[in-house]
Amino acid sequence: MASINYLNEPKGIKSWLLTLDHKRIGLLYLFGIMTAFFLGGVFAMLLRLELLSPGKDFFDADTYNQLFTLHGAVMIFLFIIPSIPAILGNFVLPLMIGAKDVAFPRLNLASWYIYVFGSLVALYSIITGAADTGWTFYTPYSTQTGTSVIAMTLGAFILGFSSIFTGLNFIVTIHKLRAPGMTWFNMPLFVWALYATAIIQVLATPVLGITLLLLIIERVAGIGIFDPAMGGDPVLFQHFFWFYSHPAVYIMILPGMGIISELIATFAHKRIFGYKAIAFSSLGIAFAGFLVWGHHMFVSGQSELAAMIFSFLTFFVGIPSGIKVFNWVATLYKGSISFEAPMLYALSFLILFTIGGLTGIFLGALSVDVHLHDTYFVVAHFHYVMMGGTVMAFLGGLHYWWPKMWGRMYNRLWARISVALIFVGFNMTFFTQFILGAKGMPRRYYNYLDQYQPLHGFSSVGSWVMAVGFVIMAVYLIHAIFRGRPAGSNPWGALTLEWTTPSPPLHENFPQTPKLTHGPYDYDTVTAPMT
Amino acid sequence: MDTTSSLFLPPAGSTIAPEVDALFNFILYTGVILFLIVTLATLWFIIRYRRRARTGTTSGIAHSTPLEIAWTAIPTVLILIVFFWGFKTYIKMNIVPKDALEIKVTGQRWFWTFDYPEGASSTNELVIPVGKPVKLLLSSKDVIHSFFVPDFRVKMDAVPNRYTITWFEATRAGEFNLFCTEYCGKGHSEMIGKVKAVSEREYADWLEAGSRAGEGVPLEEYGVKLYVKKACNTCHTVDGSASVAPTFKGLFGHEVFLTNGTRVPVDENYIRESILNPQAKIVTGFQPVMPTYQGLVKDRELDALIAYIKSLQQ
Repeated sequence: MASINYLNEPKGIKSWLLTLDHKRIGLLYLFGIMTAFFLGGVFAMLLRLELLSPGKDFFDADTYNQLFTLHGAVMIFLFIIPSIPAILGNFVLPLMIGAKDVAFPRLNLASWYIYVFGSLVALYSIITGAADTGWTFYTPYSTQTGTSVIAMTLGAFILGFSSIFTGLNFIVTIHKLRAPGMTWFNMPLFVWALYATAIIQVLATPVLGITLLLLIIERVAGIGIFDPAMGGDPVLFQHFFWFYSHPAVYIMILPGMGIISELIATFAHKRIFGYKAIAFSSLGIAFAGFLVWGHHMFVSGQSELAAMIFSFLTFFVGIPSGIKVFNWVATLYKGSISFEAPMLYALSFLILFTIGGLTGIFLGALSVDVHLHDTYFVVAHFHYVMMGGTVMAFLGGLHYWWPKMWGRMYNRLWARISVALIFVGFNMTFFTQFILGAKGMPRRYYNYLDQYQPLHGFSSVGSWVMAVGFVIMAVYLIHAIFRGRPAGSNPWGALTLEWTTPSPPLHENFPQTPKLTHGPYDYDTVTAPMT
Repeated sequence: MDTTSSLFLPPAGSTIAPEVDALFNFILYTGVILFLIVTLATLWFIIRYRRRARTGTTSGIAHSTPLEIAWTAIPTVLILIVFFWGFKTYIKMNIVPKDALEIKVTGQRWFWTFDYPEGASSTNELVIPVGKPVKLLLSSKDVIHSFFVPDFRVKMDAVPNRYTITWFEATRAGEFNLFCTEYCGKGHSEMIGKVKAVSEREYADWLEAGSRAGEGVPLEEYGVKLYVKKACNTCHTVDGSASVAPTFKGLFGHEVFLTNGTRVPVDENYIRESILNPQAKIVTGFQPVMPTYQGLVKDRELDALIAYIKSLQQ
């Protein structure tokens, strides 16, 4: 690769740390966020190891409580929320809409530094006695515990700004920088998804910021807001927290859905079914997602009327998600389907996200939720949606755009083996947890009754299968960066704009401003040669 | 009688449980059908339409109004059924029958206390009569806890500074697990109690016996029982291993090091103070997490516990 591209020009560490190129910032994020993913994964493996059998296996209850808090907080705030928008969104959004960069490149770089700073503050809490509150920081426990709650919440508070800046940047970019001829309904669906996500990021994140700040003020200054011992209201915290954190699960899943639309269209080589339905259901989910936070609180003592309204609205968030799934399946009809690794991730997503969505129906039903609330059923549901959904989509997207990022292809056979291991391991780990939860096993338990041991043991073994899959993935992806076979500009034969420029792209993406000659999914009229 | 009403749920033990299970099963079976439709369609398409050679253009089908109406309308009807069904049972769970027996439930790190209308009280073991509605008035003394009996399908948070209410009616005698399901710190997973459902007659006897508890029993022997009953065993072992709190084994008659740098001998008064005012003296290496038992133990019970701890000295 003698050609000049964004990777090799300009050179030097300074040119990377001060870069304003959205593609380089995407890679900086890739580095930071994958480090967080690795850490969160190690915490998860340690948790599953301890849960192999009841009682103390490796460490004590305090350590266990700190580990599950770290696992949750790192995975949510440092990994999943930024993962797709900040890595893949940053890298491909301007390419997909035919722009030179995002609207505010300096703000983009600033948001990466804020991400790094916020992450370091959050991880600093490990040294000062990691928080043991769970990632939900429920009061009054979080006000009273002696662990380092302030560092962790302050970290999450700072990370919020990174998220807001990215969202703001994307909204403006999508409004102002689309290539000539790209109308709203000519945009790739990933762009629609990023747009819907950005709206939630900008509107909901400040509420989390305020909530965490109030918690910090309560701990530092002793002003009673949530702690009943000081005249506060602990349930108020739950309302505040979920007012952000429920929309936040849509910050996590919507961009994943966007990726799935791209993958299925590309690898089925088929016009996407129900383009507008998918685009509008993203906006519908973003809007309705703001109105369901109370479904986390059906047994908190909130009024029956509130519970009824929240349950009702919750079900109506399910409908647009269901519509998307049906549209994706319908897209496969009469396609020309290939089974490259990204497509295997998309198919895994379809199965796992469907299970995740359907098990959400149990939890939305008031009477059934009373039994399942705060058990492993919730843990399993959450992981099916977040890991089976978002992480599978993220990995699918990573494999899809990896040749575009580096100009090199990974080993496709190892990629297929890895996705198979992750799929099997994931189901072993988490499907068992649905059964555990239905049988009454509460979450966040360091110790448990003997009757739950076989299922816990099986779940732990599943986590090892998954880990093997991830190790293989790390090896072949990193290998590809240095030794991979050179990839052409369009290895998958896709029709969106990012595949019309060389891999890796030039500094300002396109030799000249691209002209749109066809829609993103016109596979019925256009064939792009695979190069 | 112990019929399992679902593949996954524990056996039903309360009047409300079969109603919850019926909806659980409805969602389960409908969900399985929907899942099979999605998965089998996907499988069929990816096999039937797999790529055989380099492809040209493909079909441009991107709409089907009847299909799109169907896959919007059918799930909407299904979730409306689920919503109303769930709401109906939830309302039943929240309307307490008038003749219910009221028991005050107090959660604190890391045990439950139950106060009965006749003045009896118990720790970590809720005794209730079968076939009679029981109303629980819950609150917490420190952080949020949650009262969960899987077999009864009942769960309610216990929140500090406020009361929450739930109720249930046991349908069969037996012992049922009681879990705390709101994370409450180090001893969260040890905060496991029992619900003992007994006949009305046994319940009356138990209340009667409760007021005469420990009479005619040697103090030391009574102390053994109280050690479990008052949930000392959640944090204090008797086998010498350290847990959340110092072990009782070999404690009496020795000196302990305190966090304020002094040493005190463990005698009767030290133990009495540690039970009634646990924050007064903290042994080094342990957190000041023990709640006060002021008002929760009678004098004779204190004597019994002291006698028991004494018996564990070596």
